[in-house]
Amino acid sequence: MTGLSDADGTSAASTSTSTSEDIGHNIGFPNISGTTITPDPAGDTTQWRRLSRRMLVIHPFQEVVRAAPALIGLLFAGSSQGGNGHWWTLGGLAIMLVLGTLRWFTTTYRVTPKYVQVRKGLLRRQVLTVPRDRIRTVDVTSHVMHRLLGLARVEVGTGRSDRKDGGTLKLDALRVTEVDRLREELLHRRPAPGASTQAAGSGAVVAPGVGTHIDGTAPVAEIELAALRPAWIRFGPFTLSGLITVGVIAGFVSRIASEGNVDLLSIGPVRQVAEWFGQGTLWLQVAGSVVVLAVFVAVASTLGYLLAFWRFRLTRTAGRTLHVTRGLITTRATTLEERRLRGVEVSEPLLLRAAGGARLIAVATGLRVGRGAQRGGSMLLPPAPRAEAHAVAARVLGGSEPLTAELVPHGPVALRRRFTRALAVCGAVTVALLALWYWTGLPAWTWEAALVATALAMPVAADRYRSLGHTIAGGYLVTRWGSGVRRRVALNCEGIIGWNLRRSFFQRRAGLATLTATTAAGRQGYSVWDVDLAEALRTADQGIPGLLTPFLVKTGTGSTPSA
Amino acid sequence: MDPSDLSLRPPRHRVSRTAIWFWGVRAAAGWLVLIAAQIAWILVDDGDRTAHITALVITAVLGLAHVTVMPWWRYRVHRWETTAEAVYTQSGWLRQEWRIAPVSRIQTVDSERGPLEQLFGLANVTVTTASASGPLRVHGLDRRTAQRLVEELTANTQATTGDAT
Repeated sequence: MTGLSDADGTSAASTSTSTSEDIGHNIGFPNISGTTITPDPAGDTTQWRRLSRRMLVIHPFQEVVRAAPALIGLLFAGSSQGGNGHWWTLGGLAIMLVLGTLRWFTTTYRVTPKYVQVRKGLLRRQVLTVPRDRIRTVDVTSHVMHRLLGLARVEVGTGRSDRKDGGTLKLDALRVTEVDRLREELLHRRPAPGASTQAAGSGAVVAPGVGTHIDGTAPVAEIELAALRPAWIRFGPFTLSGLITVGVIAGFVSRIASEGNVDLLSIGPVRQVAEWFGQGTLWLQVAGSVVVLAVFVAVASTLGYLLAFWRFRLTRTAGRTLHVTRGLITTRATTLEERRLRGVEVSEPLLLRAAGGARLIAVATGLRVGRGAQRGGSMLLPPAPRAEAHAVAARVLGGSEPLTAELVPHGPVALRRRFTRALAVCGAVTVALLALWYWTGLPAWTWEAALVATALAMPVAADRYRSLGHTIAGGYLVTRWGSGVRRRVALNCEGIIGWNLRRSFFQRRAGLATLTATTAAGRQGYSVWDVDLAEALRTADQGIPGLLTPFLVKTGTGSTPSA
Repeated sequence: MDPSDLSLRPPRHRVSRTAIWFWGVRAAAGWLVLIAAQIAWILVDDGDRTAHITALVITAVLGLAHVTVMPWWRYRVHRWETTAEAVYTQSGWLRQEWRIAPVSRIQTVDSERGPLEQLFGLANVTVTTASASGPLRVHGLDRRTAQRLVEELTANTQATTGDAT
């Protein structure tokens, strides 16, 4: 492998584990000094700091919680043979407490002008080093116990998308006031690569004493781009996030019932409900279950919405960063540099779309999207009215053109393709089930269900076509697709690395192509689906002017690339 | 502007002709494993064998068609080209793909030779960018061409600066 350029993107080595401690240079470091970092009088190294002393309470607690299943298992296993299981459990508990306490003594960190370093481990000592000019995000999380003690956990992200943990460095945990100062320091007054650290450090705008508080106290130099309005909570039930919660609870209850040999029907109220329920007809039972489930999911989803997005605020700080704070019990604060932002994604899951809502997700390098977009810190706006999502997107991008621009529809051929695909797949399944029912005696409801699915697939196909569209507006490639989750992505043309043009056998026959803009941000590639070949090429040529020009030919006959 | 008047011309260079044999042998190996498994099934299983033999015949016909048609088709499709500004590849057979990346955005250039490729004196070249969905692969180059391509791209890429994201 030949390494060519030192990439700031996915392949950069950003978190390195080393044993050398002689890396940082001490140049005074005026901003963090005060209580946190006292420069060594000798002038050689920045001193190593410990985490907050209050972690002596949380660490043991965390260790015990983490080991709880094993400890409980020990208790049961011990008491079943001999009866001194509780001694074993107490022993285990003591070990966990000692280990938890030791974590505080073994973990130290320091912030030098060039690096952030964490030393940890008892038997296996580790030194994690993150160069400061590679820091992409600073995430601040406070769980319940942290909040009670006035602490917050800091995660310094370097945005390596090729590693599972994203190459993050965790400081669990620091005092809230200290965290604010550290975040300001790391992101806003970060020395420019190669520039004098002292000059960059003193050029800050925000007064050190008035940094953002994790609980949302507004600092001076921030511009608010969005804030949660109570009316938005009405979108909570449409997020379906509660479906998982309900599933987990159901799984938990059934597990307890089966393992603990608890007969749920022996509980009075449950039996009464079950008896009353059993009297109805089948249809009533089905309808009743659906309604009950829907109510449960709606309530759980709304609660989830409140827990995750209470006091949601999106602000732009003086240092050209986007700052998101949110959370009811567990608070989270995410900071994202705007120079890494390559665009935004307006996503509308089907139910949310029906209710007129949409979410806004950042498309940025080094931020993973997809599963856990909320956790990944790329959420710019929780489910909110669509107009609001568009307005916030326009504020983030600095122009509303990519969001309001009329999209080019993909034409009747693309529409036909949506229908043929839906019909071919559903039709084939129906015919196969019909054959199986006829010859092998498969229950008749299988092919009947497939027939209903085929009928339902038609409106979905029509909706999928309606979603399709693309354009280039205001220096952004805009593409929209999807029915279950409709997404409209505005990708900055400068963030487009290259083009992939894909054509299946059937697409070639229909004269269509799928054009993918590859990028280092977000999903790594955004596609314009089933678009006319010439239109795809024109879009690509417009997106990166000149790149395709030597490979384009004008053909009067409209012939396609030879196969 | 008439929408039907714009098209993409194929890249200039074909891959090595030896690649036809390489693809053929590689596909045949896969089919032979399947056929061997089916023969073993026939030998082990007593009783009515008509279904077994029908399956075997179908497998053999499909395999033969695949092994004879696919390599030639692939050979006609697989092409590549580099200019001072861009790398351009065309690949696939049933599903075809064209990939274009600017040289200024290239992150790494890898050359690789699998055991079977070594037997045929072939190599493939992978050009990666900062996007996880955008590697450009040229399969079935002869060894010398692959080496020249890597050297050329490396020289071109080093001329550009920036972090290529």
